Amino acid sequence: MADREVYLDNSATTRVFPEVVKLMDRIYLEEYGNPSSLHHKGVEAENRIREAKQIFADILKCSTRNIYFTSCGTESDNIALIGGALANRREGKHIITTRIEHPAILETTKFLKEQGFEITYLPVDANGRVRVADVEAEVRPDTILVSIMHTNNEIGALEPIAQIGEAIKRRNPKTLFHVDAVQGFGKAYIYPKRMHIDLLSASGHKIHAPKGVGLLYIGDGVKVRNILFGGGQQNGMRSGTENVAGIAGMALAAKMIYADLDAELDKLYRLKELFLREVTAIEGVHVNGLTGRESAPHVISLSIEGVRAEVLLHALEDKGIYVSAGSACSSNRPHISDTLVAIGTPKEFLDSTIRFSTSVMNTEEDMRYTAEALKELLPMLRKYTRY
Amino acid sequence: MLHYHAFLIKYAEIGIKGKNRGLFELDLVKQIKIALKRCEGTFSVDRTSGRIFVNCKSDYDYDEVVENLSEVFGIVGICPMVILPVEPIDQLRRDVAAFFGEEYPDRNVTFKVHTRRLARNYPEDSMEINAQLGEEILKTYPETKVDVHEPDVMVHLEIRERIYVYSHVIPGPGGLPVGSGGKAMLCLSGGIDSPVAGWMCAKRGLKLDATYFNAPPYTSERALQKVIDLARIVSKYTGPIYLHNINFTEIQLYIYEKCPHDELTIIMRRYMMRIAEAIAKRTDCGALITGESIGQVASQTMRSLAVTNAVCSLPVFRPLIAFDKEDIVTISKKIGTYETSILPYEDCCTIFVAKHPVTKPLLDVIERHEHLLDEKIDEMVERALNTDEIIIVDRDMTRVIKHREDALVEGM
Repeated sequence: MADREVYLDNSATTRVFPEVVKLMDRIYLEEYGNPSSLHHKGVEAENRIREAKQIFADILKCSTRNIYFTSCGTESDNIALIGGALANRREGKHIITTRIEHPAILETTKFLKEQGFEITYLPVDANGRVRVADVEAEVRPDTILVSIMHTNNEIGALEPIAQIGEAIKRRNPKTLFHVDAVQGFGKAYIYPKRMHIDLLSASGHKIHAPKGVGLLYIGDGVKVRNILFGGGQQNGMRSGTENVAGIAGMALAAKMIYADLDAELDKLYRLKELFLREVTAIEGVHVNGLTGRESAPHVISLSIEGVRAEVLLHALEDKGIYVSAGSACSSNRPHISDTLVAIGTPKEFLDSTIRFSTSVMNTEEDMRYTAEALKELLPMLRKYTRY
Repeated sequence: MLHYHAFLIKYAEIGIKGKNRGLFELDLVKQIKIALKRCEGTFSVDRTSGRIFVNCKSDYDYDEVVENLSEVFGIVGICPMVILPVEPIDQLRRDVAAFFGEEYPDRNVTFKVHTRRLARNYPEDSMEINAQLGEEILKTYPETKVDVHEPDVMVHLEIRERIYVYSHVIPGPGGLPVGSGGKAMLCLSGGIDSPVAGWMCAKRGLKLDATYFNAPPYTSERALQKVIDLARIVSKYTGPIYLHNINFTEIQLYIYEKCPHDELTIIMRRYMMRIAEAIAKRTDCGALITGESIGQVASQTMRSLAVTNAVCSLPVFRPLIAFDKEDIVTISKKIGTYETSILPYEDCCTIFVAKHPVTKPLLDVIERHEHLLDEKIDEMVERALNTDEIIIVDRDMTRVIKHREDALVEGM
């Protein structure tokens, strides 16, 4: 195993900021109260949550009453879809989403279909982008919910969220618009009100906070049925003792990122450009999706002729470079990626697509080292092909 | 449920081993004690006049004890027993009838009483006891019937320093106690067959070590983890397994470069056997075990097996040789390895499989083609042997004890 470690799997999860660890450490050891307790320890914990809500409210330019905390992005997606569908089923039973959503959305819509809802799956273009006209054409009087991701996790496509939001409301002002921003939050300015977003999901561990904490934005007047029952925390929307340390940690991470987002985005786009310049010079390397500012700053998806992604992944691992084959988030099982199929990836590339995802912790040196590793490994791996 | 005071352990084949019998019994007692260590409570395991008894010296969980005992190879039957003091026949009649009532609540059965009177000073002889107890049971439960030829149930009594009464026999796995037959090296892949083959040989009294070939970057760390998980499940039956993890990449790629591609698998398997045998010999294993079965895949046709076999001087045990896949799957489900075996991680046998691999290889042709490897293969085999990482796998822990060169130095 190489001495050097280059972590390029930040779309799977990120390294926690040391400042966040330090804050959480303090909360775990000293401010460990239950926010529902009446005594000082409880108030202290409640204040941490209040502060966190304010931080997110400032970032999203909304009110603190719109902010809810969950255990992960998946839970936020589930509450938004199931809770949104149940609360509005008298208005209609039609839900729209896309073919390239995360399983947290796709599997939930399958469940809703079993419950009698009708689901429309929108196609995407060759770059993974939903066409606004398609959304507009599908929204009907009985459409209660549209769910579209902000940033695709596999190829880094950026969806035209603001335009979609506008189109939805133009067709049916009652239709709720949910945005899964698990990959986009911390990598873009997202203003729900301006973009006509009613529900928005984000996750802590994609932005250098720990696993086990997520966020759900619920707009004013948006009806959502709670799906967890218990002590009535968070206005009954999400019962269960709040993960105070995780929530405070996620808020601090978000604050740190948004304090200097422009500079960070510049850096990520620069790393991406540098890396792409190096690797596209190698024969038989194809970039999936758009590049530059039209794509996510942190996701680079390559299809590599004549090399199986899993083998390349392990070969890179041997050099201390950690990446993903397809989407690691889904499971350990090799599976055909919905996104890659949806963008019309040629069959021979489905098994040869690898994802590099950066964070602000990466350096230009990391990208050069990785590009060099690819230049060295690809000819060697291509020499030994299977049948 | 009745409170049982002890379990009589039945064993079959051990009984006929003549002078070796005592040794086999000791091995079995040892394995029983290991199994009981996992159970709550205190127990003693006693051998007396050709019987092994597990005496329960405290409260215990009946299901837990039976479950653990029924995994011990060598046990044919487990009989939960009630122990009575040596009491007069009148009292014995009442107690045994009550025992019968508890054991067979629906009572609609034919039965026979069988007594062994080892304590010769008991006033009634065994025939008399059988008759009296039978009479009492019939009287108490008129719906029962005696059938001395093919009874539904037997009621056994052993009159010793106390009186042992038992009727139910819970089947054990049979076979011979682990370790009584020495140790063998299992070629363990991540598939369905090899864990079953290992389990079957362990059931015949062999202790197991295992060799696994990995081929990074073509195989992943999770593939190794899968093999460790499989070894752990098998070790529930066999005790700790020393798993030798060998890096095979270099050899595999060299064969790919030099040899005809339709012979890749067969030549690769010959080198795996050579390496497994070398490790077997230095770890005191008396045989190799594989999960091969005639004709299952190209490398397991009769001719292919012959060509693979030709590199070994140790015997190669292939307990699944005439099993259909379905039957192997059945055992694999029974012993609990199936769910793990079907996880989709690639093992190194499937990385470079030719479209049409040879099914009728000729030994002299294969040997000639292996000479294409002469330049580097010996040092590569040596290097592969040096990659040996030994992982001790036990039911509740995994420990890497030695890395690479250290293992050789220690001669493990």
